[in-house]
Amino acid sequence: MPDTILVIAEQREGKLSRVSWETLAAGQALAAETGWPLEAAVLGDAVADLASEIAAKKLSKAYALQSPKLEPYTPDAFAVALKQFIAARQPKLVLLPHTYQVRDFVPKLATAMKSTVISDCVAYKKEGEKLLFTRQMFQGKLAADVSFTGDPPWFVTFQNGAFRGDRAEAGASAAPVETVNVEIADGVIRNQPQEVFKEAKQAVDLTQAEIIVAVGRGIKEQKNIELAQQLADALGGEIAASRPICDSGWLPMDRQIGSSGQTVAPKLYLALGISGAIQHIVGMKGARTIIAVNKDSEAPIFEIVDYAVVGNLFDIVPPLIEEVKKAKAGG
Amino acid sequence: MKILVCIKQVPQKDAPLKLNDSGTWIREDVSYEVNEPDAYALEEALRQKEKHGGEVVVITAGPARSQQVLREALAKGADRAIHLEDSAFAALDALNLAHALAASIKDEKFDLIFTGLQSDDYGYAQTGVILAELLGWPHATIIMQIEKTDAGIKVKRELEAGYFQFVDMPLPAVLTIQSGINKLRYATLIGIKQAKNKPLRKVALGEVQSVIGANLQKIERLYVPQKTKNTEFLEGSPVEVAKKLVERLRNEVRVL
Repeated sequence: MPDTILVIAEQREGKLSRVSWETLAAGQALAAETGWPLEAAVLGDAVADLASEIAAKKLSKAYALQSPKLEPYTPDAFAVALKQFIAARQPKLVLLPHTYQVRDFVPKLATAMKSTVISDCVAYKKEGEKLLFTRQMFQGKLAADVSFTGDPPWFVTFQNGAFRGDRAEAGASAAPVETVNVEIADGVIRNQPQEVFKEAKQAVDLTQAEIIVAVGRGIKEQKNIELAQQLADALGGEIAASRPICDSGWLPMDRQIGSSGQTVAPKLYLALGISGAIQHIVGMKGARTIIAVNKDSEAPIFEIVDYAVVGNLFDIVPPLIEEVKKAKAGG
Repeated sequence: MKILVCIKQVPQKDAPLKLNDSGTWIREDVSYEVNEPDAYALEEALRQKEKHGGEVVVITAGPARSQQVLREALAKGADRAIHLEDSAFAALDALNLAHALAASIKDEKFDLIFTGLQSDDYGYAQTGVILAELLGWPHATIIMQIEKTDAGIKVKRELEAGYFQFVDMPLPAVLTIQSGINKLRYATLIGIKQAKNKPLRKVALGEVQSVIGANLQKIERLYVPQKTKNTEFLEGSPVEVAKKLVERLRNEVRVL
């Protein structure tokens, strides 16, 4: 069998996740570079329609891996189903989006196949015959180029936003779709998941905010939140925070930006005392303009900002509030 | 319940990192601290023990310096510690490290194993899940709540974008714990004193060498990431910086 690339798409309630198209775009780029044919698979109870949707893109084949036991999601069922399929198809590369669901099953799957996962990658490189996958380390302060040193299948997960989903190329004609009924024996599934739910009604929808002032650990104490709030008020924006601030209860959870909170793309994102851990960056890097104030000149947030202020936010913010008020007053 | 907590020592959050001469790892001369999600995993184990009784054991792998995170855990209330002590452990990939951890606890009978959901250095987010697979146990990841039930446990998994899900599962099991699941405690003076007399078992590399294979992935090079944006650094006194920012907000960003 020739070397192939297999993309595992993710679906929720009969809809393909946006990140699935990003992973498919990554697969197309890798296929163009290596000359290896690209295939894709989607898992669920009845997902033939979704496989057809994927088959409209430029790839050689799309598979619907089906079993009633794949809904609701469990790591046991997904690992067993994919192990069967991958062992039969023997792809060289298996690409997945780095979602919470994939993080939950793919290390188990790779281990069961005596292989490994290079996780949370943001890019790839081909150097001679060698494929390298770039991932962030030390919370984004450093990057590493990582290679596989064992036998395929090689598993790679790509970070949300690493590739442009809207650039996934359409095919000249629809690719063939094959439905594979996977066998999942009784007793394989040990976890019993209940319904997915939202904690409480979200009081604010930060995705609609045009201006966001966000605070991180650098705000130091709960009482200092007020200062950031004053800046947000002066700008006519909403206040938001990185995860540690909401964990501490200084701001409610519905103000949290990042992979576990909201993903936003405002006109202006002003980050105060936020170092820029990956989990936060994925929630705000789509902002049109990003400004960061941080005392640490090496903070990873500075890699993605338009305007950087290296300094103490407690020195900068009070005069900034005054200047914004003056400007608004027509001064 | 008998709970094992896997803890990792990582460079401090604000520590400036320097690359080694070969550009494959950082230089060792930085300050270290406990990996943040692991601190929450330990706290959760201590709370479960306070509720249901049992024992909390902490384990780490790494050079002599990493014993510090075990001492801190013992001071906070863990009953005993296991240290896979060798700098070679720090260079293992997640699969090999999970093999080493599994081998070093093969004579123990834990009900639960906790890890943090990922480490702040490698950020693999894999070791806990791999350990579960090697042990043949069920697992659940990114956990925000744990309740004991008649049949096992009920856990609350965090999903993306503010969604959650409860999952019932049998014991024994591996759980990866999310930061913020609880409020961390501080070690007391008495705790710090008592920690000195708590058992700490050392495991040498030789004792688990037979389960460690070649790493299946390799860091070819480590480097400072290139900036993807054309960043303008605004400098001057706070008032000057504020004026410059407002000028940009008005004329470039056009939000004023």
